[in-house]
Amino acid sequence: MSRYGLHWLLLLSPVPAAVVSLQFGAYPIAPREIWQLLGEMLFGGGTYPEHIHDILWQVRLPRVILAMLVGMALSASGATLQAIFRNPLVDAYILGLSSGAALGCALSVAFFPGLPIQVIAFLSSLLAAFLTFALARTRGEVPILSLILAGVIVSAFFAALVSMVKLLVDPHKLASIVLWLMGSLSLADWVAIRQAGPWIVLSSLLIWLGRWRLNALSMGDAEARALGVEVGRERGLFLLAAALGVAAAVSVSGIIGWVGLMVPHVVRMMVGPDHRLVVPFSMTLGATFMVLSDTVARTFTGGEIPVGIITTLTGAPFFIFLLKQRGQESWKT
Amino acid sequence: MIEVESLQLQLNGRSVLQQINLRAQPGEITVLLGPNGSGKTTLLLCLCAHYRAAQDHIRLCRQPLSSLSYRSLARLLAMVPQDHNPVFPYQVREVILLGRISRVGFWSQPTAQDYEVVENILNILKIQHLADKPYTRISGGERQLVLIGRCLAQEPQVLLLDEPTNHLDFKNQYSILQLIAELARRQQLTVLLTLHDPNMALLFADYVVLLSQGRIAAQGNPRAIITPENMAQIYQLEVEMITEGDRRLLYPKFM
Repeated sequence: MSRYGLHWLLLLSPVPAAVVSLQFGAYPIAPREIWQLLGEMLFGGGTYPEHIHDILWQVRLPRVILAMLVGMALSASGATLQAIFRNPLVDAYILGLSSGAALGCALSVAFFPGLPIQVIAFLSSLLAAFLTFALARTRGEVPILSLILAGVIVSAFFAALVSMVKLLVDPHKLASIVLWLMGSLSLADWVAIRQAGPWIVLSSLLIWLGRWRLNALSMGDAEARALGVEVGRERGLFLLAAALGVAAAVSVSGIIGWVGLMVPHVVRMMVGPDHRLVVPFSMTLGATFMVLSDTVARTFTGGEIPVGIITTLTGAPFFIFLLKQRGQESWKT
Repeated sequence: MIEVESLQLQLNGRSVLQQINLRAQPGEITVLLGPNGSGKTTLLLCLCAHYRAAQDHIRLCRQPLSSLSYRSLARLLAMVPQDHNPVFPYQVREVILLGRISRVGFWSQPTAQDYEVVENILNILKIQHLADKPYTRISGGERQLVLIGRCLAQEPQVLLLDEPTNHLDFKNQYSILQLIAELARRQQLTVLLTLHDPNMALLFADYVVLLSQGRIAAQGNPRAIITPENMAQIYQLEVEMITEGDRRLLYPKFM
Protein backbone atom coordinates (compact mmCIF):
# COMPACT_ATOMS: atom_id res chain seq x y z
CA MET A 1 0.00 0.00 0.00
CA SER A 2 1.26 3.50 -0.77
CA ARG A 3 2.23 5.79 2.06
CA TYR A 4 -0.68 8.13 1.55
CA GLY A 5 -3.09 5.24 1.24
CA LEU A 6 -2.03 4.14 4.69
CA HIS A 7 -2.41 7.67 6.03
CA TRP A 8 -5.95 7.94 4.70
CA LEU A 9 -6.81 4.53 6.06
CA LEU A 10 -5.62 5.53 9.54
CA LEU A 11 -7.32 8.88 9.34
CA LEU A 12 -10.72 7.51 8.30
CA SER A 13 -10.64 4.29 10.30
CA PRO A 14 -13.10 5.53 12.98
CA VAL A 15 -15.91 5.80 10.39
CA PRO A 16 -16.25 2.09 9.46
CA ALA A 17 -15.60 1.20 13.11
CA ALA A 18 -18.53 3.38 14.14
CA VAL A 19 -20.83 1.92 11.51
CA VAL A 20 -19.92 -1.60 12.61
CA SER A 21 -20.45 -0.71 16.24
CA LEU A 22 -23.83 0.89 15.61
CA GLN A 23 -25.12 -2.36 14.06
CA PHE A 24 -24.35 -4.65 16.92
CA GLY A 25 -26.27 -5.05 20.14
CA ALA A 26 -29.31 -6.74 21.59
CA TYR A 27 -31.26 -5.41 18.61
CA PRO A 28 -29.20 -5.72 15.40
CA ILE A 29 -29.62 -3.00 12.79
CA ALA A 30 -28.43 -3.51 9.19
CA PRO A 31 -25.71 -1.14 7.89
CA ARG A 32 -27.98 0.23 5.16
CA GLU A 33 -30.62 1.08 7.69
CA ILE A 34 -28.07 2.91 9.80
CA TRP A 35 -27.07 5.31 7.02
CA GLN A 36 -30.70 5.85 6.17
CA LEU A 37 -31.75 6.44 9.75
CA LEU A 38 -28.85 8.74 10.52
CA GLY A 39 -29.60 10.75 7.43
CA GLU A 40 -33.25 11.05 8.33
CA MET A 41 -32.52 11.95 11.93
CA LEU A 42 -30.17 14.70 10.86
CA PHE A 43 -32.10 16.12 7.95
CA GLY A 44 -35.65 15.16 8.88
CA GLY A 45 -38.19 13.29 6.79
CA GLY A 46 -38.89 9.58 6.57
CA THR A 47 -40.53 7.37 9.10
CA TYR A 48 -39.03 4.79 11.35
CA PRO A 49 -40.23 2.98 14.46
CA GLU A 50 -39.82 4.89 17.71
CA HIS A 51 -37.79 2.14 19.40
CA ILE A 52 -35.15 2.04 16.65
CA HIS A 53 -34.82 5.78 16.91
CA ASP A 54 -34.27 5.49 20.65
CA ILE A 55 -31.77 2.65 20.40
CA LEU A 56 -29.72 4.46 17.83
CA TRP A 57 -30.03 8.02 19.06
CA GLN A 58 -30.18 7.60 22.84
CA VAL A 59 -28.09 4.48 23.37
CA ARG A 60 -25.68 3.51 20.64
CA LEU A 61 -24.70 6.82 19.04
CA PRO A 62 -23.71 8.59 22.28
CA ARG A 63 -21.83 5.51 23.33
CA VAL A 64 -19.88 5.33 20.06
CA ILE A 65 -19.09 9.05 20.19
CA LEU A 66 -17.97 8.83 23.81
CA ALA A 67 -15.80 5.80 23.02
CA MET A 68 -14.15 7.80 20.24
CA LEU A 69 -13.51 10.78 22.50
CA VAL A 70 -12.07 8.60 25.27
CA GLY A 71 -9.89 6.60 22.86
CA MET A 72 -8.64 9.82 21.30
CA ALA A 73 -7.83 11.42 24.66
CA LEU A 74 -6.00 8.38 26.04
CA SER A 75 -3.97 7.78 22.88
CA ALA A 76 -3.03 11.42 22.35
CA SER A 77 -1.93 11.73 25.96
CA GLY A 78 -0.01 8.45 25.67
CA ALA A 79 1.91 9.69 22.62
CA THR A 80 2.60 12.99 24.41
CA LEU A 81 3.84 11.40 27.63
CA GLN A 82 6.06 9.01 25.69
CA ALA A 83 7.70 11.95 23.93
CA ILE A 84 8.17 14.28 26.88
CA PHE A 85 9.50 11.52 29.13
CA ARG A 86 11.65 10.18 26.26
CA ASN A 87 10.28 6.75 26.82
CA PRO A 88 8.13 4.65 24.52
CA LEU A 89 6.93 2.41 27.35
CA VAL A 90 4.78 4.79 29.37
CA ASP A 91 1.23 6.08 29.29
CA ALA A 92 -1.24 7.79 31.60
CA TYR A 93 -2.05 4.51 33.29
CA ILE A 94 1.55 3.50 34.02
CA LEU A 95 2.56 6.98 35.18
CA GLY A 96 -0.32 7.16 37.66
CA LEU A 97 -2.25 9.95 35.92
CA SER A 98 -5.28 7.69 35.60
CA SER A 99 -5.27 6.73 39.29
CA GLY A 100 -4.85 10.38 40.15
CA ALA A 101 -7.87 11.28 38.07
CA ALA A 102 -9.80 8.37 39.59
CA LEU A 103 -9.18 9.68 43.09
CA GLY A 104 -10.38 13.10 42.04
CA CYS A 105 -13.56 11.60 40.57
CA ALA A 106 -14.21 9.41 43.61
CA LEU A 107 -13.72 12.36 45.96
CA SER A 108 -16.00 14.50 43.90
CA VAL A 109 -18.76 11.87 43.68
CA ALA A 110 -18.49 11.04 47.37
CA PHE A 111 -17.94 14.35 49.09
CA PHE A 112 -18.14 17.29 46.71
CA PRO A 113 -21.08 16.67 44.42
CA GLY A 114 -21.40 20.42 43.92
CA LEU A 115 -18.00 20.89 42.27
CA PRO A 116 -17.40 20.01 38.60
CA ILE A 117 -15.97 16.50 38.57
CA GLN A 118 -13.57 17.13 35.65
CA VAL A 119 -11.79 19.96 37.41
CA ILE A 120 -11.06 17.93 40.55
CA ALA A 121 -10.02 14.94 38.44
CA PHE A 122 -7.71 17.20 36.44
CA LEU A 123 -6.03 18.64 39.53
CA SER A 124 -5.45 15.32 41.23
CA SER A 125 -4.21 13.70 38.02
CA LEU A 126 -1.72 16.56 37.65
CA LEU A 127 -0.64 15.99 41.22
CA ALA A 128 -0.05 12.30 40.48
CA ALA A 129 1.97 13.13 37.35
CA PHE A 130 4.07 15.59 39.28
CA LEU A 131 4.71 13.08 42.09
CA THR A 132 5.77 10.36 39.63
CA PHE A 133 8.11 12.69 37.81
CA ALA A 134 9.63 14.07 41.02
CA LEU A 135 10.11 10.57 42.45
CA ALA A 136 11.75 9.24 39.30
CA ARG A 137 14.07 12.17 38.68
CA THR A 138 17.60 11.60 39.88
CA ARG A 139 20.40 14.03 39.05
CA GLY A 140 18.44 15.63 36.25
CA GLU A 141 17.80 12.31 34.49
CA VAL A 142 14.63 10.28 34.40
CA PRO A 143 15.65 6.63 33.90
CA ILE A 144 12.97 4.29 32.58
CA LEU A 145 13.09 1.87 35.49
CA SER A 146 12.66 4.62 38.09
CA LEU A 147 9.90 6.15 36.05
CA ILE A 148 7.90 2.93 35.85
CA LEU A 149 8.54 2.13 39.51
CA ALA A 150 7.54 5.62 40.55
CA GLY A 151 4.39 5.24 38.48
CA VAL A 152 3.59 1.96 40.23
CA ILE A 153 4.14 3.55 43.64
CA VAL A 154 2.04 6.61 42.90
CA SER A 155 -0.72 4.47 41.34
CA ALA A 156 -0.80 2.21 44.40
CA PHE A 157 -0.90 5.19 46.73
CA PHE A 158 -3.78 6.85 44.91
CA ALA A 159 -5.60 3.52 44.56
CA ALA A 160 -5.37 3.11 48.34
CA LEU A 161 -6.85 6.56 48.78
CA VAL A 162 -9.67 5.60 46.43
CA SER A 163 -10.33 2.51 48.59
CA MET A 164 -10.50 4.81 51.61
CA VAL A 165 -13.10 6.90 49.88
CA LYS A 166 -15.05 3.73 49.07
CA LEU A 167 -15.08 2.75 52.74
CA LEU A 168 -16.25 6.13 53.90
CA VAL A 169 -18.86 6.79 51.27
CA ASP A 170 -22.52 5.90 51.66
CA PRO A 171 -23.53 2.58 50.04
CA HIS A 172 -25.71 4.13 47.33
CA LYS A 173 -22.82 6.03 45.92
CA LEU A 174 -20.42 3.11 46.45
CA ALA A 175 -22.07 0.99 43.76
CA SER A 176 -21.67 3.69 41.15
CA ILE A 177 -18.03 4.36 42.11
CA VAL A 178 -17.14 0.66 41.91
CA LEU A 179 -18.82 0.12 38.56
CA TRP A 180 -17.24 3.19 37.12
CA LEU A 181 -13.73 2.42 38.40
CA MET A 182 -13.68 -0.82 36.43
CA GLY A 183 -13.54 1.22 33.28
CA SER A 184 -16.73 1.11 31.34
CA LEU A 185 -18.65 3.16 28.83
CA SER A 186 -22.00 1.79 29.97
CA LEU A 187 -22.99 5.13 31.48
CA ALA A 188 -22.58 6.91 28.16
CA ASP A 189 -25.19 9.48 27.21
CA TRP A 190 -25.30 12.92 25.66
CA VAL A 191 -24.75 14.54 29.06
CA ALA A 192 -21.44 12.70 29.49
CA ILE A 193 -20.38 13.86 26.03
CA ARG A 194 -21.28 17.46 26.84
CA GLN A 195 -19.33 17.25 30.12
CA ALA A 196 -16.12 15.58 28.93
CA GLY A 197 -16.14 16.41 25.20
CA PRO A 198 -14.97 20.03 25.33
CA TRP A 199 -12.04 19.19 27.66
CA ILE A 200 -10.96 16.29 25.49
CA VAL A 201 -11.20 18.36 22.33
CA LEU A 202 -9.22 21.18 23.96
CA SER A 203 -6.52 18.78 25.16
CA SER A 204 -6.23 17.07 21.79
CA LEU A 205 -6.16 20.40 19.99
CA LEU A 206 -3.26 21.66 22.12
CA ILE A 207 -1.30 18.45 21.56
CA TRP A 208 -2.08 18.45 17.85
CA LEU A 209 -0.97 22.07 17.40
CA GLY A 210 2.28 21.51 19.26
CA ARG A 211 3.01 18.10 17.76
CA TRP A 212 6.25 19.06 16.03
CA ARG A 213 7.73 20.34 19.28
CA LEU A 214 7.34 16.87 20.77
CA ASN A 215 10.14 15.74 18.44
CA ALA A 216 12.45 18.34 19.97
CA LEU A 217 11.40 17.57 23.56
CA SER A 218 12.06 13.88 22.96
CA MET A 219 15.75 14.72 22.34
CA GLY A 220 16.30 15.39 26.04
CA ASP A 221 16.51 18.57 28.10
CA ALA A 222 19.96 19.82 27.17
CA GLU A 223 19.52 19.29 23.45
CA ALA A 224 16.01 20.63 23.26
CA ARG A 225 17.25 23.76 25.03
CA ALA A 226 20.13 24.07 22.57
CA LEU A 227 17.57 23.94 19.75
CA GLY A 228 15.78 26.91 21.32
CA VAL A 229 13.01 25.15 23.22
CA GLU A 230 12.01 26.51 26.65
CA VAL A 231 12.02 22.98 28.03
CA GLY A 232 10.47 23.45 31.47
CA ARG A 233 7.61 25.59 30.25
CA GLU A 234 6.82 23.51 27.17
CA ARG A 235 6.99 20.14 28.90
CA GLY A 236 4.71 21.59 31.57
CA LEU A 237 2.25 22.70 28.92
CA PHE A 238 2.16 19.27 27.26
CA LEU A 239 1.82 17.59 30.64
CA LEU A 240 -1.13 19.87 31.43
CA ALA A 241 -2.76 19.05 28.10
CA ALA A 242 -2.26 15.30 28.60
CA ALA A 243 -3.61 15.39 32.16
CA LEU A 244 -6.59 17.42 30.99
CA GLY A 245 -7.55 14.80 28.41
CA VAL A 246 -6.96 11.88 30.74
CA ALA A 247 -8.93 13.46 33.57
CA ALA A 248 -11.89 14.17 31.30
CA ALA A 249 -11.79 10.63 29.91
CA VAL A 250 -11.54 9.05 33.35
CA SER A 251 -14.41 11.19 34.64
CA VAL A 252 -16.84 9.61 32.17
CA SER A 253 -15.40 6.14 31.66
CA GLY A 254 -13.32 5.24 34.71
CA ILE A 255 -9.85 3.76 34.38
CA ILE A 256 -9.26 2.23 30.97
CA GLY A 257 -5.68 1.08 30.81
CA TRP A 258 -3.15 0.28 28.09
CA VAL A 259 -4.82 2.15 25.23
CA GLY A 260 -2.41 5.06 25.54
CA LEU A 261 0.56 2.71 25.48
CA MET A 262 -0.53 0.43 22.72
CA VAL A 263 -2.02 2.76 20.12
CA PRO A 264 0.93 5.17 19.66
CA HIS A 265 3.19 2.12 19.40
CA VAL A 266 1.18 0.56 16.62
CA VAL A 267 1.07 3.93 14.86
CA ARG A 268 4.84 4.31 15.16
CA MET A 269 5.30 0.87 13.62
CA MET A 270 3.15 1.99 10.69
CA VAL A 271 4.23 5.58 10.00
CA GLY A 272 7.55 6.03 11.83
CA PRO A 273 8.44 8.03 14.93
CA ASP A 274 7.78 11.60 13.68
CA HIS A 275 5.24 13.07 16.10
CA ARG A 276 3.76 15.22 13.38
CA LEU A 277 2.25 11.95 12.12
CA VAL A 278 2.17 9.95 15.35
CA VAL A 279 -0.09 12.45 17.14
CA PRO A 280 -2.96 12.76 14.65
CA PHE A 281 -2.96 9.08 13.72
CA SER A 282 -2.84 8.01 17.37
CA MET A 283 -5.96 10.07 17.89
CA THR A 284 -7.88 8.44 15.05
CA LEU A 285 -6.60 4.91 15.64
CA GLY A 286 -7.25 5.34 19.38
CA ALA A 287 -10.85 6.28 18.60
CA THR A 288 -11.18 3.23 16.33
CA PHE A 289 -9.62 0.85 18.83
CA MET A 290 -11.85 2.09 21.62
CA VAL A 291 -15.05 1.83 19.58
CA LEU A 292 -14.21 -1.72 18.54
CA SER A 293 -13.16 -2.77 22.07
CA ASP A 294 -16.37 -1.35 23.44
CA THR A 295 -18.40 -3.19 20.82
CA VAL A 296 -16.78 -6.43 21.93
CA ALA A 297 -17.33 -5.47 25.57
CA ARG A 298 -21.07 -4.99 25.16
CA THR A 299 -21.83 -7.85 22.76
CA PHE A 300 -19.37 -10.65 23.52
CA THR A 301 -21.44 -12.12 26.32
CA GLY A 302 -25.11 -11.69 27.07
CA GLY A 303 -24.29 -9.13 29.73
CA GLU A 304 -21.73 -6.37 29.65
CA ILE A 305 -17.97 -6.69 30.27
CA PRO A 306 -16.24 -3.48 31.40
CA VAL A 307 -14.23 -2.32 28.39
CA GLY A 308 -11.18 -1.82 30.65
CA ILE A 309 -10.97 -5.59 30.89
CA ILE A 310 -10.86 -5.94 27.11
CA THR A 311 -8.15 -3.31 26.68
CA THR A 312 -6.06 -4.83 29.46
CA LEU A 313 -6.43 -8.31 28.00
CA THR A 314 -5.04 -7.00 24.71
CA GLY A 315 -2.64 -4.45 26.17
CA ALA A 316 -0.76 -6.47 28.79
CA PRO A 317 0.41 -9.18 26.35
CA PHE A 318 1.32 -6.42 23.90
CA PHE A 319 3.51 -4.77 26.56
CA ILE A 320 5.29 -8.08 27.20
CA PHE A 321 5.78 -8.51 23.46
CA LEU A 322 7.40 -5.06 23.27
CA LEU A 323 9.70 -5.79 26.19
CA LYS A 324 10.79 -9.10 24.70
CA GLN A 325 11.25 -7.64 21.27
CA ARG A 326 13.32 -4.70 22.42
CA GLY A 327 15.12 -6.90 24.93
CA GLN A 328 17.42 -5.44 27.56
CA GLU A 329 17.47 -2.12 25.75
CA SER A 330 14.02 -1.26 27.08
CA TRP A 331 15.28 -0.86 30.62
CA LYS A 332 18.12 1.50 29.90
CA THR A 333 17.43 5.22 30.29
CA MET B 1 31.90 36.68 17.37
CA ILE B 2 32.35 35.38 20.90
CA GLU B 3 33.67 37.61 23.65
CA VAL B 4 34.42 36.24 27.09
CA GLU B 5 35.61 38.62 29.76
CA SER B 6 37.04 37.66 33.16
CA LEU B 7 34.79 34.64 33.39
CA GLN B 8 34.98 32.45 36.44
CA LEU B 9 32.76 29.60 37.47
CA GLN B 10 32.35 27.57 40.62
CA LEU B 11 30.50 24.28 40.66
CA ASN B 12 29.71 22.62 43.99
CA GLY B 13 32.09 24.99 45.73
CA ARG B 14 34.98 24.02 43.47
CA SER B 15 36.46 26.56 41.13
CA VAL B 16 36.24 25.15 37.61
CA LEU B 17 37.08 28.15 35.45
CA GLN B 18 39.13 31.20 36.43
CA GLN B 19 40.01 34.42 34.69
CA ILE B 20 38.93 33.37 31.22
CA ASN B 21 39.35 36.11 28.64
CA LEU B 22 39.01 35.23 25.00
CA ARG B 23 37.69 36.37 21.67
CA ALA B 24 36.73 34.17 18.75
CA GLN B 25 36.41 35.86 15.35
CA PRO B 26 33.97 35.13 12.52
CA GLY B 27 35.37 33.12 9.63
CA GLU B 28 38.00 31.53 11.88
CA ILE B 29 38.39 28.27 13.72
CA THR B 30 39.31 28.75 17.35
CA VAL B 31 40.51 25.59 19.06
CA LEU B 32 40.37 24.88 22.78
CA LEU B 33 43.23 22.57 23.66
CA GLY B 34 43.97 21.07 27.05
CA PRO B 35 44.12 17.90 29.11
CA ASN B 36 41.08 16.02 30.38
CA GLY B 37 39.29 17.96 33.09
CA SER B 38 40.89 21.27 32.16
CA GLY B 39 37.46 22.86 31.67
CA LYS B 40 37.04 22.73 27.87
CA THR B 41 33.54 21.28 27.84
CA THR B 42 32.49 23.43 30.78
CA LEU B 43 33.57 26.52 28.87
CA LEU B 44 31.47 25.44 25.88
CA LEU B 45 28.50 24.84 28.16
CA CYS B 46 28.92 28.34 29.60
CA LEU B 47 28.57 29.71 26.07
CA CYS B 48 25.31 27.73 25.67
CA ALA B 49 23.91 29.55 28.71
CA HIS B 50 24.04 26.32 30.70
CA TYR B 51 25.27 28.11 33.82
CA ARG B 52 23.43 31.19 34.95
CA ALA B 53 26.39 32.52 36.90
CA ALA B 54 28.53 32.71 33.77
CA GLN B 55 26.11 34.68 31.64
CA ASP B 56 27.19 38.17 32.61
CA HIS B 57 30.73 37.63 31.35
CA ILE B 58 29.86 36.46 27.86
CA ARG B 59 28.78 38.35 24.76
CA LEU B 60 27.71 36.77 21.49
CA CYS B 61 27.71 38.98 18.40
CA ARG B 62 27.90 41.95 20.77
CA GLN B 63 24.82 40.89 22.75
CA PRO B 64 25.13 39.94 26.41
CA LEU B 65 24.24 36.28 26.89
CA SER B 66 21.97 37.16 29.81
CA SER B 67 19.74 39.19 27.49
CA LEU B 68 18.97 36.24 25.20
CA SER B 69 16.12 33.75 25.57
CA TYR B 70 16.85 30.14 24.64
CA ARG B 71 14.96 30.76 21.45
CA SER B 72 16.97 33.77 20.34
CA LEU B 73 20.16 32.12 21.54
CA ALA B 74 19.44 29.13 19.28
CA ARG B 75 19.26 31.48 16.28
CA LEU B 76 22.72 32.86 17.08
CA LEU B 77 24.56 29.82 18.35
CA ALA B 78 24.44 26.09 17.68
CA MET B 79 26.32 23.34 19.45
CA VAL B 80 27.19 19.85 18.25
CA PRO B 81 27.02 17.70 21.37
CA GLN B 82 29.72 15.16 22.18
CA ASP B 83 27.44 12.32 23.19
CA HIS B 84 24.06 11.70 21.80
CA ASN B 85 21.55 9.19 23.07
CA PRO B 86 18.58 9.03 20.74
CA VAL B 87 15.37 7.35 21.89
CA PHE B 88 13.18 7.46 18.81
CA PRO B 89 14.61 6.43 15.42
CA TYR B 90 13.79 9.66 13.57
CA GLN B 91 14.74 9.94 9.93
CA VAL B 92 17.88 11.96 9.22
CA ARG B 93 15.78 14.56 7.39
CA GLU B 94 13.51 15.02 10.43
CA VAL B 95 16.53 15.44 12.74
CA ILE B 96 18.00 18.18 10.58
CA LEU B 97 14.58 19.82 10.25
CA LEU B 98 14.47 20.15 14.07
CA GLY B 99 17.23 22.77 13.73
CA ARG B 100 14.51 25.04 12.32
CA ILE B 101 12.40 24.93 15.48
CA SER B 102 13.73 28.22 16.85
CA ARG B 103 12.64 29.91 13.61
CA VAL B 104 9.09 28.56 13.53
CA GLY B 105 6.23 29.87 15.68
CA PHE B 106 5.18 27.90 18.73
CA TRP B 107 1.91 26.58 17.31
CA SER B 108 3.15 26.37 13.73
CA GLN B 109 4.62 23.72 11.52
CA PRO B 110 7.73 23.97 9.31
CA THR B 111 7.02 25.55 5.91
CA ALA B 112 8.26 24.78 2.41
CA GLN B 113 11.10 27.22 3.03
CA ASP B 114 12.29 25.21 6.04
CA TYR B 115 12.30 22.03 3.97
CA GLU B 116 14.32 23.84 1.33
CA VAL B 117 16.94 24.80 3.92
CA VAL B 118 17.15 21.15 4.94
CA GLU B 119 17.60 19.95 1.34
CA ASN B 120 20.35 22.54 0.89
CA ILE B 121 22.17 21.29 3.93
CA LEU B 122 21.86 17.69 2.78
CA ASN B 123 23.54 18.81 -0.44
CA ILE B 124 26.29 20.82 1.25
CA LEU B 125 27.18 17.91 3.53
CA LYS B 126 26.72 15.42 0.67
CA ILE B 127 24.45 13.18 2.72
CA GLN B 128 21.35 13.10 0.49
CA HIS B 129 21.63 9.30 0.45
CA LEU B 130 21.08 9.26 4.23
CA ALA B 131 18.04 11.53 4.20
CA ASP B 132 15.41 8.82 4.67
CA LYS B 133 17.41 6.55 6.98
CA PRO B 134 16.74 6.32 10.73
CA TYR B 135 19.61 8.16 12.37
CA THR B 136 19.92 5.47 15.01
CA ARG B 137 21.18 3.13 12.29
CA ILE B 138 23.96 5.12 10.67
CA SER B 139 27.66 5.13 11.54
CA GLY B 140 29.24 7.43 14.12
CA GLY B 141 30.81 9.59 11.40
CA GLU B 142 27.53 9.90 9.55
CA ARG B 143 25.70 10.83 12.74
CA GLN B 144 28.30 13.53 13.44
CA LEU B 145 27.53 14.96 9.99
CA VAL B 146 23.79 14.84 10.67
CA LEU B 147 24.21 16.70 13.96
CA ILE B 148 26.35 19.32 12.22
CA GLY B 149 23.57 19.54 9.65
CA ARG B 150 21.02 20.14 12.38
CA CYS B 151 23.21 22.96 13.72
CA LEU B 152 23.51 24.51 10.26
CA ALA B 153 19.72 24.41 9.95
CA GLN B 154 19.60 26.81 12.90
CA GLU B 155 21.44 29.27 10.60
CA PRO B 156 23.66 30.35 13.46
CA GLN B 157 26.53 32.80 13.48
CA VAL B 158 28.44 30.84 16.08
CA LEU B 159 29.11 27.10 15.93
CA LEU B 160 30.44 25.14 18.90
CA LEU B 161 31.70 21.57 18.59
CA ASP B 162 32.74 19.39 21.50
CA GLU B 163 35.43 16.98 20.29
CA PRO B 164 34.04 16.59 16.78
CA THR B 165 36.72 13.98 15.95
CA ASN B 166 35.66 11.62 18.73
CA HIS B 167 34.78 8.09 17.57
CA LEU B 168 35.81 8.90 14.00
CA ASP B 169 38.25 6.90 11.92
CA PHE B 170 41.53 8.26 10.55
CA LYS B 171 40.08 9.64 7.35
CA ASN B 172 36.83 10.95 8.79
CA GLN B 173 38.65 12.97 11.43
CA TYR B 174 40.29 14.99 8.71
CA SER B 175 37.31 15.26 6.43
CA ILE B 176 35.04 16.53 9.18
CA LEU B 177 37.51 19.22 10.24
CA GLN B 178 38.09 20.17 6.62
CA LEU B 179 34.36 20.52 6.15
CA ILE B 180 34.08 22.70 9.25
CA ALA B 181 36.94 24.90 8.05
CA GLU B 182 35.24 25.31 4.70
CA LEU B 183 31.91 26.22 6.32
CA ALA B 184 33.62 28.72 8.60
CA ARG B 185 35.20 30.53 5.64
CA ARG B 186 32.22 30.39 3.31
CA GLN B 187 29.51 31.34 5.81
CA GLN B 188 31.71 33.57 7.99
CA LEU B 189 30.86 31.38 11.00
CA THR B 190 32.59 31.85 14.30
CA VAL B 191 33.72 28.32 15.11
CA LEU B 192 34.92 27.25 18.54
CA LEU B 193 35.81 23.61 19.05
CA THR B 194 37.66 21.39 21.47
CA LEU B 195 40.33 18.92 20.34
CA HIS B 196 42.59 16.40 22.03
CA ASP B 197 45.29 16.19 19.38
CA PRO B 198 47.68 19.16 19.14
CA ASN B 199 48.68 18.01 15.64
CA MET B 200 45.07 18.42 14.50
CA ALA B 201 45.04 21.88 16.00
CA LEU B 202 48.24 22.73 14.08
CA LEU B 203 46.54 21.69 10.86
CA PHE B 204 43.17 23.36 11.28
CA ALA B 205 43.24 26.09 13.92
CA ASP B 206 43.37 29.79 13.09
CA TYR B 207 43.65 30.60 16.77
CA VAL B 208 44.47 28.37 19.75
CA VAL B 209 43.51 28.67 23.40
CA LEU B 210 45.41 26.44 25.83
CA LEU B 211 43.44 25.51 28.91
CA SER B 212 45.01 24.04 31.98
CA GLN B 213 43.28 23.54 35.32
CA GLY B 214 40.51 25.96 34.48
CA ARG B 215 42.84 28.76 33.43
CA ILE B 216 44.08 29.94 30.09
CA ALA B 217 47.75 28.99 29.93
CA ALA B 218 48.39 30.69 26.61
CA GLN B 219 46.52 31.81 23.50
CA GLY B 220 47.34 33.06 20.04
CA ASN B 221 48.64 31.87 16.69
CA PRO B 222 48.85 28.04 16.60
CA ARG B 223 52.48 28.03 15.54
CA ALA B 224 53.44 30.31 18.37
CA ILE B 225 51.38 28.47 20.97
CA ILE B 226 51.65 24.78 20.14
CA THR B 227 55.30 24.39 21.05
CA PRO B 228 57.00 21.42 22.72
CA GLU B 229 57.57 23.58 25.80
CA ASN B 230 53.91 24.58 26.18
CA MET B 231 52.69 21.06 25.53
CA ALA B 232 55.13 19.62 28.03
CA GLN B 233 53.88 22.06 30.60
CA ILE B 234 50.14 21.53 30.28
CA TYR B 235 50.15 17.79 29.56
CA GLN B 236 53.04 16.91 31.92
CA LEU B 237 54.70 15.02 29.09
CA GLU B 238 58.05 15.41 27.37
CA VAL B 239 57.31 16.37 23.77
CA GLU B 240 59.45 16.74 20.67
CA MET B 241 58.68 18.28 17.33
CA ILE B 242 59.68 17.40 13.79
CA THR B 243 59.71 20.21 11.29
CA GLU B 244 59.60 19.26 7.63
CA GLY B 245 59.25 22.25 5.30
CA ASP B 246 56.00 23.91 6.34
CA ARG B 247 54.83 20.91 8.37
CA ARG B 248 55.15 20.35 12.06
CA LEU B 249 54.51 17.17 14.00
CA LEU B 250 54.53 16.69 17.75
CA TYR B 251 55.18 13.37 19.41
CA PRO B 252 56.05 12.17 22.93
CA LYS B 253 59.74 11.93 23.63
CA PHE B 254 59.75 8.50 25.30
CA MET B 255 58.52 6.75 22.14
